Order: sequence, then structure tokens, then C-alpha cells
Amino acid sequence: MVGEALLEVRGLTLRFGGITALGGVDLTIAEGETLAVIGPNGSGKTSLFNCVTGLYKPTSGAITLQGESLLGLSPDRVTARGVARTFQNLRLFLHMTVLDNLMLGRHLHFRKNLLAAALRLRGEEIRHRAKVEELIEFLDLEAWRDSRVAGCSYGVQKRVELGRALATEPRLLLLDEPVSGLTAEEKEEVSYWINEVRGRFGVTVLLVEHDLRVASRLSQRMVVLDRGLKLTEGTPEEVQRHPGVIRAYLGDQ
Amino acid sequence: MDLVETYGEELRFARKPLARTLLILLLVALALLPWWGPRGWLTRASLVWLFAVGVIGQNLLIGYAGQISFGQAGFLAVGAYTFGHLRIAGIPFPLALAGAGAAAGLAGWLVGFPSLRLKGPYLAIATLGFGTATYQIFANVEWLSGGRAGLAIPALQPPFGLVRDTWVYLLYYAIFLLFTGTAYNLVSSYLGRALVAVRDSDIAAESMGVSLSRTKLLAFAISSFYTGVSGALMAQYLGHLEPQAFNISESMNFFVAVIVGGLASVEGSIFGAAFVVLVPALLGGFRWAVPVLFGSAILSVLILEPLGLAGLWLKTRLYFRLWPFR
Ligand SMILES: Nc1ncnc2c1ncn2[C@@H]1O[C@H](COP(=O)(O)OP(=O)(O)OP(=O)(O)O)[C@@H](O)[C@H]1O
Ligand SMILES: [Mg+2]
Repeated sequence: MVGEALLEVRGLTLRFGGITALGGVDLTIAEGETLAVIGPNGSGKTSLFNCVTGLYKPTSGAITLQGESLLGLSPDRVTARGVARTFQNLRLFLHMTVLDNLMLGRHLHFRKNLLAAALRLRGEEIRHRAKVEELIEFLDLEAWRDSRVAGCSYGVQKRVELGRALATEPRLLLLDEPVSGLTAEEKEEVSYWINEVRGRFGVTVLLVEHDLRVASRLSQRMVVLDRGLKLTEGTPEEVQRHPGVIRAYLGDQ
Repeated sequence: MDLVETYGEELRFARKPLARTLLILLLVALALLPWWGPRGWLTRASLVWLFAVGVIGQNLLIGYAGQISFGQAGFLAVGAYTFGHLRIAGIPFPLALAGAGAAAGLAGWLVGFPSLRLKGPYLAIATLGFGTATYQIFANVEWLSGGRAGLAIPALQPPFGLVRDTWVYLLYYAIFLLFTGTAYNLVSSYLGRALVAVRDSDIAAESMGVSLSRTKLLAFAISSFYTGVSGALMAQYLGHLEPQAFNISESMNFFVAVIVGGLASVEGSIFGAAFVVLVPALLGGFRWAVPVLFGSAILSVLILEPLGLAGLWLKTRLYFRLWPFR
């Protein structure tokens, strides 16, 4: 199931003035793989995501998706290449309904025709609606379809964000702390969905996770960041045995 | 029981039979206003229609896309003067109107570029700068503004032996309906969704594949197109153009209409336009009180009903939907 390299990050460096958020990180993720990035607060996990998705401009280094560089692309162009993400602190469209949030995830697949829009020709809308309905069913969101996102519970909001990212039909899905802030039961559910997503949509998943147990369970391989540097990488068992990890990561818990 | 069987059905405008019937009755009654309303109402109502087109345009930009603009008077002026010059050159009304919209739309597209970099108050100041600069240009470049004498716009010749006021009313009403309908269609399309997404979270919108630059520039262009058409209709209505008509207070009028009517609402824009046109008329001799009244209206909206008149309207509808089981 694990194929050739999908995403390759080489020597990724990101500085904010005096702060080095990322200090030359290397990372490869193979097609079909699930890779977890773990590390203490401020170790650069989110910055890594932001560089890959085009929100931050790395100071130096290379990022390629299937051999093609993502550097210098605006976030929407990166998404068009097949990379979608969720955010650590949710960034949903709060005034839109759950349905519209997911429909926006289809935006890049719409054949955009202003005249058709002005004349209320809605063929495209209906075509994409069918796709979105599949996701709504998959994520058990039927009951909230027409609710405003602002009024939904945190757990539902997290699911909507996952659905919105899936709606873009990504090849690579970046999940920034997908279970943080959830109840134990919700954590179970989300872990289940992440597994399902891999099977059903065949996406490669790169996830950031604070909860080492969840991370170990979901991923085949882990990369540990500490203060912007890669400390180690390997299978969950290898990583958990690494003395540096115990010191840097588990030690402070 | 209200059953929707297809996704397409759900996307229809005024889907429920009762809403549809009431809407059609209202539209027909308004179309027949010249034959049942007092004469004095006609010109006022025409003014409401032309204002509404501009307010809808402004609302697309501020309410939907979340891009603040205080430069509306500038777009209004570009539309009005383009229209004026085209009409004087003998171009027929519909073409001149389209030309005015296109010129203002182009100006809007250009003015939109700062919006790719600036947000909130900074964008407000940049657009204010545009509005002021446009005013100064029209006030000082004689071949544009017609100099001291201003620009005289050829009057419309009513067909079918209609009275001129009636003809202007019907024409403006039809144009208003066209632009309102189009606005409803646009905001409920992929574009409307993208506009709101950019407003709610530009970072998320961008990360979901919405091109920020394209969407913002389009919002500016469409909004200014509407405003330009509104300016053209104003030019025709006034029959005579002077730069004074397009100073900062005109921008404020539009802004008041958007806020009081309700952000991100097409019907709110219409209510807002009616508000800024009709309230000064009702005040009659107390014109000095208009700014005071507008100011207090904005304050009460912000404090009491952030969604403006459209919010009140929504609550009323909700009340009747639940009635009598409230
Ligand atoms: N936009 C920014 N401007 C300045 N500094 C930043 C910015 N974004 C991140 N940083 C800094 O970069 C470092 C890494 O931050 P990052 O958010 O990537 O950490 P993280 O591993 O995601 O942490 P957490 O577990 O708390 O989410 C931190 O020191 C942070 O303060
Ligand atoms: Mg983080």
C-alpha cells in the first residue's frame, strides 16, 4: 500500500527575525502512508504545515509534491495540486451553514462561469452537491446540514473541517491536531474516521498530534521535532524508546 | 408539509408557494404604482430604485466580501460622467448604461488592487483616497466635467405617449429588478460562497482553493459596476451633472444604507436605500437633522440589531412562520 514519495521536504528552514521556527527539516512521506509529526509546544509543527500549504514562505529549503516544487505557490494553488489541511485552531466559515462550508471545499472543482451564476444556472451546484452529500453521510453530519457552523459544538466543527478538507479531493491531507480538545469518545470517533479516510479515499495523511497514544495508533511512522530540528524518526515503537524523545517530549508531561 | 425532492428544487428562488405568490403580488403592485400612487411618490420611488442598485453593489463588497470601501462616490462619479458623455455623443440609453457600468467596474477592479495587501481601516483609507481624488479630478478637469456649466444630459423620450415621470419610474424599476435578481443569483452561487468565505476567514478560504486576489478583484469590479450603473441612473435623473453631487457625503449615504439596511443582505440593501432616500424627504424643512438621524440610526443598528432592517425583517418572517405556535 505504501508507494513512492509523495511529499518531500528538504532542508526546510523558517526564521522569524531571531526565532528559528524550523532549522533545516528533512521529511519524506510516501503515497498511501500516514506520518505523524510530534513534538513539544513551539517545536515548529504548525510552521511546517504552513510552509507546505503556502501560507508561510520558507527562508530556505525545498518542498516537492511528486517531484514538483510547491515553493512560491499561493495557498489556493497548492490546494489545487492536491494538498488540503485542517487548522489547529479551527478556521471555519462561521456564518455559513455546514453544507456551505463543505460546498466551499468543492470551489476549486467548480467550472466557474459568471454568466451562468448570474442567470441562476445551477448544474454545477447540483453536481457538486451530490459529492458533498456523500461526505455528509460519511461524517454523520446530516443533522447539522443546514445549521450555521457558529452554532455547532466543537466536536461537530472539527468534523466539518475534516469534511471541508476532504471535499477538495486531496491526495495529501494535513491534519493539525485533529483530536485536541475533544472528549475521549469523540477522540475515538475521529481516530476511526481518519483510518476510514485512508481506506475509502486513498489519501496520504500527514498529521500533527500532541497525544502520543493517538499518534502512535494512527500512524505508521513518526517524525519528532524539537525546537525546529528533527530529533528522530521511525516507527512509533522506535520513537517512543528514543531517549531524546523521552526527555524532550514525555519528560515535560 | 414542505418536502423538497431534488437539490435543484432547493436552489430555486422564493421556493415556497405562499412566498412566491406574495412576492409576485408585491412586484405587480409596485409596477403599477404610477396608476395608483400619488404623483409625488413616483420620483421618490425612482430615486429609491436607482439608489438600491448602488447600495446592493456596495453591500456585495462590504457585507458579503468584507472589504470596506469609502470610495463609492468615486465609482458613482465615474459611472455618471461616462454615461453623460456617452449620451451626449448620441449613444442610446441601454448602451450608455452598460458603458457606465463597465467604466466603473474597471475602476473598481483597479482600486481593488490595494485590497490584496490592505485590510480593515487601511483599506478604508485607501478607498477614501480614491473617492476624494476622483472628486478632485472631476471638479478640476474641465473637459471631463463640462466646466462651470456642468454637463447637461439629454432627457429621455417616453414611448407610447407615457408621461415622462411614469416612463422613468418604469424604466428604473425594470433596471432595479434586473440588478436585484442578478444579485440574488450571484450571492447564492459559488461566487457568493467564495465572497463570504473570504470575509469569514481569508486564510481558510485561500487554503481551500479560493484565489484571494481573483475573488477580491471580482468583488470590487462587480460592486463598482453596480455603483456605476447607479451613478448613470442618477445622472439621467438629475439631468445635469456637477462634481458636487459626488463628494464624500454621497459615499456616506451609501454606507449608512448598507449598515442600516443590513450587511450581507440584498433585501436589506433595498430597505437601506429606501431609508436614506425617504427619511430626508419626510424631514422636509429639517434637513439639517438628516446627518444626526443617520448617525443615530447607525448607532442603534450597531447596538440593537446588528443585522439592520434585514434582521428585523428576518425576525418578523420567523415569527409568522411559527405563528400561531409561538
Ligand atoms: N507568524 C509567526 N510570527 C512569529 N513567530 C512565529 C509565527 N508562527 C510561528 N512562530 C514561532 O515559531 C515557533 C514554532 O511555532 P509553531 O506554531 O510551528 O509550533 P507548534 O509545534 O505548532 O506548537 P504547538 O504545539 O503549540 O501548536 C514558535 O516559537 C512560534 O512562536
Ligand atoms: Mg501547532
